[in-house]
Amino acid sequence: MPLILTPNFNEPGKRYFRAFSPGDDFYEALIETHRDLSDVQSALVNAKLVLLLSNHIGDIGVLREAMKIAREGV
Amino acid sequence: MLKTYSWPRYATRRAPEIGQAGVRRVPLVVVGAGPVGLSAAIDAALHGLPVVLLDDDDTVSVGSRGVCYAKRTLEILDRIGVGDACVTRGVSWNVGRTFFREDEVYHFNLLPQPDHKRPGMINLQQYYLEEFLVRRAGELPDLDLRFRNRVVSVSPAGSGATLQVETPDGAYALTAGWLIVADGARSAIRGMLNLDREGRVFLDRFLIADVVMKADFPAERWFWFDPPFHPGQSVLLHRQADNVYRIDFQLGWQADPEEEKKPEKVIPRIKAMLGADREFDLEWVSVYTFQCRRMQQFRHGRVLFAGDAAHQVSPFGARGANSGIQDSDNLCWKLRLVLDGKAPESLLDSYSGERVFAADENIMNSTRSTDFITPKSRTSLNFRNAVLTLARDHAFARALVNSGRLSVPSFLTGSRLNTPDSDAFAGDMVPGAAMDDAPMQEDGTDFWLLDRAGGRFMALVHVADPAAVDAGLARKFKTLASGPIPLEVALVAAKPGRAPEGLRVFVDGKGRFAERYDSAPGTVYLIRPDQHVAARWRVFDASRVNEALARATCNSH
Repeated sequence: MPLILTPNFNEPGKRYFRAFSPGDDFYEALIETHRDLSDVQSALVNAKLVLLLSNHIGDIGVLREAMKIAREGV
Repeated sequence: MLKTYSWPRYATRRAPEIGQAGVRRVPLVVVGAGPVGLSAAIDAALHGLPVVLLDDDDTVSVGSRGVCYAKRTLEILDRIGVGDACVTRGVSWNVGRTFFREDEVYHFNLLPQPDHKRPGMINLQQYYLEEFLVRRAGELPDLDLRFRNRVVSVSPAGSGATLQVETPDGAYALTAGWLIVADGARSAIRGMLNLDREGRVFLDRFLIADVVMKADFPAERWFWFDPPFHPGQSVLLHRQADNVYRIDFQLGWQADPEEEKKPEKVIPRIKAMLGADREFDLEWVSVYTFQCRRMQQFRHGRVLFAGDAAHQVSPFGARGANSGIQDSDNLCWKLRLVLDGKAPESLLDSYSGERVFAADENIMNSTRSTDFITPKSRTSLNFRNAVLTLARDHAFARALVNSGRLSVPSFLTGSRLNTPDSDAFAGDMVPGAAMDDAPMQEDGTDFWLLDRAGGRFMALVHVADPAAVDAGLARKFKTLASGPIPLEVALVAAKPGRAPEGLRVFVDGKGRFAERYDSAPGTVYLIRPDQHVAARWRVFDASRVNEALARATCNSH
């Protein structure tokens, strides 16, 4: 399966009436994860997140595609 | 003095209670003649309640302040009789564009569907809205609007609240059976009652400048993250009536508000944005900070809080005045039933319950927007800029760009006034939803569904052929209209036909009702006076309709 680049957030059992809600739920949780952390601590949390999510995705082809896009223009 | 607007000075009349012995008792007093208090007083008067509206000033809002009025608010303003005036004067828009540095990264359309009466949003200076509402109030004999009547104390008692009021002609006391408090964010009445609000204060400052110019900007909302003309901060541009443009600059917490308001500070900022050659006049400037807070509950005995007095949000998303007018929409029909003795006072607890839920949703959305627009840490800023960078090419990131989630009505799905679905339905018109509009015809005349719903309970009964409706069933429908809480039945059908018993027939010629309400012959929708769905079924059953009506008015046992 190729890397999904269309909106894909959802939470099982939750009914959404507005298209922006699932993405905003995710983004709030992401920012909340970093609350009160120093920049160094946040960088470590982000690194751990990438590793955890990468293992969950598993498909290294998909991960290579994401890594390529993430590096573009940086 | 504005170049495009002169403030009306409303006449003050001597209050009849001045110098009278004893304290007069009236059923309902509203404090605060801003958009929310005026809407509430007008709606109450339209429901047949005599109402006294007190305001400490004698004119409308100074400065343009609230600018964006959303589709749902326009539908409420239509119901209370000022929708056309607002839409005619205002600037209608549906499209918003978001820029990051030099480039557009994202745009949205608030109303991608055709066949709605009202646009997603209009921009209109708050003083116009208030002026139209004051004019409308003057048409209603049951509405006693008193300017320069300042409430200086309030004493709640079991069956009402007694107010001390000061006027240029002297002071008087008045006892209100019920009191609606709509005196704004710094509510004096809330303070007198020692009630507080809980929430967050944001450490940021914003500059609002209204400028008059002949410009070729389209009627769209433009939002910039980190633009070259105002690096590191955000800027928002809105077009209002009379060629007035609202520009909102993020300044940061360190900015000095008095210094920033000076024309010699403001004008260069605007020139940097618009280009040195564009001519403009500065109309109004203000520096603001904001808070997201609400009272724990909006009902305190016989005292009901509405609008900013009850809850405050950040301005991103235009959820302040819009939600306040929705408070009024939710409250007035309930108050009428309680005052008429047709519903218990607990119906007004559902006002608090439903509008606290809506306030929390508004606070959540406007807080999320604020956190995206003004990141509070290096990591937040990195994520924000990563989203904006990815948004150019990738749809998933565009969905995360949050430059304000604009005011939309809450789905009151958890309300105890709803009768939960027992039949299967698709789509969004769930119990607790504000109704979707649809174009229809009655007796060959085109109309909008929302213009004929609201103000009373209605059942919309979908039939295949109005002429084929059984006379016995038609009489059952008519009986519902003569109950203690009248329920008007209107038939909805894809084709016209004369129904028995003179029942009204709404013809859904374009099929939008069927589509938006997932409706088919047999389907019944029970609609509240505030145009919210209370219940729905696939088959008509008078006893179930009556049970749902009782539930929607707290009359179930």
